[in-house]
Amino acid sequence: MIPELGHLALILALCLAIILAIVPLVGSYIRDGGWMGYARPLAAGQFALTLLSFLCLCWAFVANDFSVAYVANHSNSLLPIYYRISAVWGGHEGSLLLWVLILTGWTFAVAAFSRQLPLDMVARVLSVMGMISIGFMFFVLMTSNPFDRYLPHSPMDGTDLNPLLQDIGLILHPPMLYMGYVGFSVAFAFAIAALMSGRLDAAWARWSRPWTTVAWCFLTMGIALGSWWAYYELGWGGWWFWDPVENASFMPWLAGTALMHSLAVTEKRGIFKSWTVLLAIFVFSLSLLGTFLVRSGVLTSVHAFASDPTRGRFVLALLGVTVGASLLLYAFRAPTVSGRVSYKFWSREVFLLFNNILLLVATVTVLLGTLYPLAMDALDMGKLSIGPPYFNMIFVPLTAILSGLLGVGIFTRWKSTDPKVLLRELWLAAVVSIVLALALPFWFGEFRFQVFLGLLMALWISLATFRDLWNKVQRKAGVAAGVRQLSRSYVGMVLGHLGLAISIVGICLVSNYNVERDMRMAPGDAVTMGNYQFRLKEIRHVEGPNYVSDQGYVEVLDKDGDLVTVLLPEKRNYVVSRSIMTEAGISAGLFRDLYVAMGESLDDGAWAVRVHYKPFVRWIWLGAIFMSVGGVIAVMDRRYRLKVKPAVKARANPQGPAGEPLSAEPTKAG
Amino acid sequence: MKRLLLFIPLILFAGMVVLFNWGVDQDPDSRTALEAARLNQPVPAFQLTRLEDQSPVDQTILRGQPMLLNVWATWCPACSVEHPDFMKLAQEHGVFIVGLNYKDDRDAALKWLNDLGDPYSLNLFDPEGRLGFDLGVYGAPETYVIDSTGVIRYRHVGVVDERVWTEVLAPIMRAYGFGGSESTAQENEA
Repeated sequence: MIPELGHLALILALCLAIILAIVPLVGSYIRDGGWMGYARPLAAGQFALTLLSFLCLCWAFVANDFSVAYVANHSNSLLPIYYRISAVWGGHEGSLLLWVLILTGWTFAVAAFSRQLPLDMVARVLSVMGMISIGFMFFVLMTSNPFDRYLPHSPMDGTDLNPLLQDIGLILHPPMLYMGYVGFSVAFAFAIAALMSGRLDAAWARWSRPWTTVAWCFLTMGIALGSWWAYYELGWGGWWFWDPVENASFMPWLAGTALMHSLAVTEKRGIFKSWTVLLAIFVFSLSLLGTFLVRSGVLTSVHAFASDPTRGRFVLALLGVTVGASLLLYAFRAPTVSGRVSYKFWSREVFLLFNNILLLVATVTVLLGTLYPLAMDALDMGKLSIGPPYFNMIFVPLTAILSGLLGVGIFTRWKSTDPKVLLRELWLAAVVSIVLALALPFWFGEFRFQVFLGLLMALWISLATFRDLWNKVQRKAGVAAGVRQLSRSYVGMVLGHLGLAISIVGICLVSNYNVERDMRMAPGDAVTMGNYQFRLKEIRHVEGPNYVSDQGYVEVLDKDGDLVTVLLPEKRNYVVSRSIMTEAGISAGLFRDLYVAMGESLDDGAWAVRVHYKPFVRWIWLGAIFMSVGGVIAVMDRRYRLKVKPAVKARANPQGPAGEPLSAEPTKAG
Repeated sequence: MKRLLLFIPLILFAGMVVLFNWGVDQDPDSRTALEAARLNQPVPAFQLTRLEDQSPVDQTILRGQPMLLNVWATWCPACSVEHPDFMKLAQEHGVFIVGLNYKDDRDAALKWLNDLGDPYSLNLFDPEGRLGFDLGVYGAPETYVIDSTGVIRYRHVGVVDERVWTEVLAPIMRAYGFGGSESTAQENEA
């Protein structure tokens, strides 16, 4: 009965979404406050019903209702309760329901936190989000209903959740990722609403900014969680594979980063408007594209969902209608004239423009790398795939240029900056970064150009950031007072940029100084790697709730023979799904990870064992945490809590020297 | 004029949709055919052991008749799905199937074959995935058609079932000389 209730709730939510998509929007055109006023209660109702539907599915999992096909395929009575709940989004249907839940959740959040917005804007934004809901709810109900029953022959027990997903990282990864993906729908809805109303001003950018930043924070954490999970769960010690599914989440992140910066220009200076709107459309389109690529099976990926042509067709139609309609609206309504705002080359406007161009080039690079195999196949030029070398070859120089410009960009001011001032502020940071970047590789081991380059980027970003911070906190009343006077959005920016530097250090050092050895080890064997000795003491038999496991007991000793830590790598055999999983034994540290994974069991009690020494690997994710925290702090800035000042009206200028090249720029982004 | 430039994103997107539409339309089988850098090339040289007795074998053993090379492992749930179909191919259609046990555990693999039946005429053991790497294996299961001279003629990624066999693999196998008098008759029935 409960699953049917969930199904019904979802159908009712769809009905509300349809009303939400029509009534407030019509109200905004006929200027009827009553019609527009329906937007908020409808958004709330839509969210409540979707939540009810989602809870019903959770109940089916908790109660082990294996007559529900989705439950039978993704759960088992032996599965611990927390994995049974996370199994709700462990497959295609349930994760799509989570997608819808999060979409209606964001819609509700906009309804709840939009008191300062004019009613017609709220009505349009919520209507646009209602339209997206309609598409995805139809998708769930028509092609991927998680409430379908296996009747009359329902199985006695389920086939168990994929063991790869029985893990804390994967409990959190999809919700975080979807919060990010779907969160960009808010910026998208604002952009579409602004295009509809023709009011594309600084106020629009101010409203979109906090929503974009929050979504970006979630996406950052989602990607970092996925990477961290791959690192410890797959047993290869890798943390990024340029897999199509990973790329699908990375593209909106890159474009979203560009959007955050571009929104800043539009808010503060009232320029780049057409460009910013287009970016907002792009970012959400890339999120939808990611959904399409993952769910349609068009691209072959290791983590693709089971492919089904009807589903692929449906998501493609959804993608085509949503993105096509918004780009059409953009083509007709985007302003071709730009504000009468002038700026010189050495200005913050130009440096943020560089940031946007580089990030867009990076996005397009990933997009091309991801779609290239499909395009080659379509042109009948054979089936190919592009590996990490292509992406690395492009990303290393792009990041280097981006970092170089970032350091300068921090010091530029709006409109114009004297290059001599930049030189005066930055020469020391430049010299110190170069010297340290040349010296540090020797301290880590051997000199390598890549390490030099990576450290140079990271040092340059951090030193420039700190120098700017130092300038800002020097007040007459003292440094402490200066620190207190920093705006939260500035603190957020500092943390975000430092986060980037930290991640660069991690990526660069672990890629270059990672030591890895595969060997055969029997109990009692020991191996020395660098300053550590790994000694396999014994192999133990361990039984978990739904698996049995061979667990290695590995002692790690330092040079003096003192015990540093004990690692417990496992080879788990999940009984029901009959799959073998590797659980790496990891000793995490700020400066190094020690990583042991068990391979195959060899004869007479010996095992193939893989031992890694991974310097600075944690910094990759630490940087992501810095970025996300920075974003959250920036959103808490005072100005978002104040009543909105009268919008900075951008004045029309028929000559438009500034905005013009920008509105042509997106041609690259396809 | 400026207005026209704003249509460029739409046009590029339309191009992408056309591409995707083509992609969705593709038969899933051709999608699973994947890259075929090794297509029409001889099987790469290898030095592996037999799964059962650890005796060494190399690429020269894959000669003499058209055969299927099935990449499988005990950790791969989909492999248990296609296993009954391979049993059927081996027993009823007389297909020569080589099993490449991929990144797996010898004992577990032997136990699996013991419990579920062994459809393979030859079992190769590739614990480190060396041959798998040279072949460009994405993951288990994958199945290759190899002709009697040891040249790779087709690559299938994913589960082989009745339909894949009759519609895709069997015609290729026959093109390279599979099926004597008796098995041809069976083939036509299937």
